[in-house]
Amino acid sequence: MTEVQTSPAAAPAAAGPSPKAPARRATHLREAATGWLFVLPFVVLLVAFLLLPMAYAFKISLYRSTLIEGEVFALFDNYRQAIDDPLVREGVVLVLVFGLVQTPVMIGIALVAALLIDAATSRFSRFFRLAAFVPYAVPVVIGTLMWGFLYSDSVGPFSALGVDFVSGDTVLASLGNIVTWQWAGYNMIVLYAALQGLPRETYESARMDGAGEVQIALRIKTPMISSALVLATLFTIMGTLQFFTEPLILQPLNPGAITQHYTPNVYAYHQAFSFQQHNYSAAISFLLGAVVFVGSYIFLFATRKRSALA
Amino acid sequence: MNVKKGSVAAHAVMGLMAVYFLLPFWWLLVAATKNNDGLFQSNALWFADFHLIDNLTLLFDQENGVFLTWMRNSAFYAVVSGVGATAVSALAGYAFAKLRFPGRNKLFALLLGLIMVPATALVLPTYLLMSQANLVDTIWAVILPSLLNPFGVYLLRVYVHDSIPDEMLEAARIDGAGEFRVFTSVALPAMRPALVTVLLFSMVGSWNNFFLPLVMLSDDQLYPLTVGLRAWYMSAIMGNGGAATFNVIVTGALVAIVPLIVAFLMLQRYWRGGLTIGAVK
Repeated sequence: MTEVQTSPAAAPAAAGPSPKAPARRATHLREAATGWLFVLPFVVLLVAFLLLPMAYAFKISLYRSTLIEGEVFALFDNYRQAIDDPLVREGVVLVLVFGLVQTPVMIGIALVAALLIDAATSRFSRFFRLAAFVPYAVPVVIGTLMWGFLYSDSVGPFSALGVDFVSGDTVLASLGNIVTWQWAGYNMIVLYAALQGLPRETYESARMDGAGEVQIALRIKTPMISSALVLATLFTIMGTLQFFTEPLILQPLNPGAITQHYTPNVYAYHQAFSFQQHNYSAAISFLLGAVVFVGSYIFLFATRKRSALA
Repeated sequence: MNVKKGSVAAHAVMGLMAVYFLLPFWWLLVAATKNNDGLFQSNALWFADFHLIDNLTLLFDQENGVFLTWMRNSAFYAVVSGVGATAVSALAGYAFAKLRFPGRNKLFALLLGLIMVPATALVLPTYLLMSQANLVDTIWAVILPSLLNPFGVYLLRVYVHDSIPDEMLEAARIDGAGEFRVFTSVALPAMRPALVTVLLFSMVGSWNNFFLPLVMLSDDQLYPLTVGLRAWYMSAIMGNGGAATFNVIVTGALVAIVPLIVAFLMLQRYWRGGLTIGAVK
């Protein structure tokens, strides 16, 4: 911690022998008051839009709405129902399968792209860096709309292939492609930044020993950016567990395949807004939030030696 | 020889990936120049009869010009949320880095702990609280929650801590500047690059936001572009009468991303700055 601010050593010598102690006390008080004043707006927002909603969601998740008695305290009944609900289970299985396949594919593409732009220093590689990153700047809604049109058999460019991109069998892969397209470039930049921070001398000595560029990329560079890889993987998994916007937008293309319980978040949304089941919806939201939150910290803790964040 | 071959292979892979990343943009650009018949009948990846101007006219006439209202709303939400979130984050980030006050470390630890709380889990309870405060379906329902940016506070704290020496602030204090003066005239100018990054990320985050306005707003005059375009898309797919046709929606999507692409190309340095600080620190 910084302990310089008003330490005697840093005080001006020209201040003279006047009584310093009360003045210093006043300075400390003033600093403390200013500090609190400065963080106050943030604290108010933190309470109003994070802590309060969390507490509120937890509270209403413990109640049930009944026709006769109104709101009734039900302790963990909603949670029990959520855990036993086959529709919740289907959604959880879906996001897990999705995460297990999509995360390695996308991080793999991002890693290859990052290694390529780190090794090549041509004008084209600079252009490529931009091209891969642009999809991240597009709103998820609009990226999904674009792919919705591209998948269409009437206006899309792939209609000649005769593939139905939104059938029950293919729609998950099609959604995975949208997420990969949108986020691979973002992860590429994160990994590229980590690669740029590595000491170049290491490669020189490996080259002297006769290692090829591919070997250097796989055996030296990749292990050295493992902490950035871990973080990128973590953020991707957190994102996939909360999967919501893409399936919601593409829902009208095939409501039979993208159901109202397609992912836990889609289910919670429809429970709240199509069926007015606020208590049950809050329980699902809270459960999902808790899983993502606890999961993130377990993941960070388990990999803390590799991760820079811990 | 070998090196050259490797370089050719590397560029071929990059070329293929670039096609993948840019193809949807190319399609969108081409599609926005076609009328609805052209969209269905011509080659999807090449131009047919040029109707971009007609499409723009249709787009801005659709439902009494509601698209322009959505654009204005998106811009308004982005600017107010972005500037507000940056101001709040700047004050808090500076205080966490440079001012000693009781509870500072505990509060900062709380912030770090809460950075991982998933935003989507908060939207529904925030909606219920907002509806009790009669704020649902007002601009405040979208703006107020967007002012909270724990990651921005964290980023600015790191930046201030690493790049503003205490001596600089101390010198201003000795010159008789009050704490607020020290902040505005010494700290703020030094924080500029990080402030631009936080501003950029919060503005773009707000421009791209979907879940929050989707839940909070039912009056289509308050919609941002994302929610509005999705509503048009839904009606078009369902085949509702009087709905915007595909060529109008495609043109709307193009118009909605042009400002982002321009901002992105002009401010590349700051984009990367934000990602790098977030990832490496």
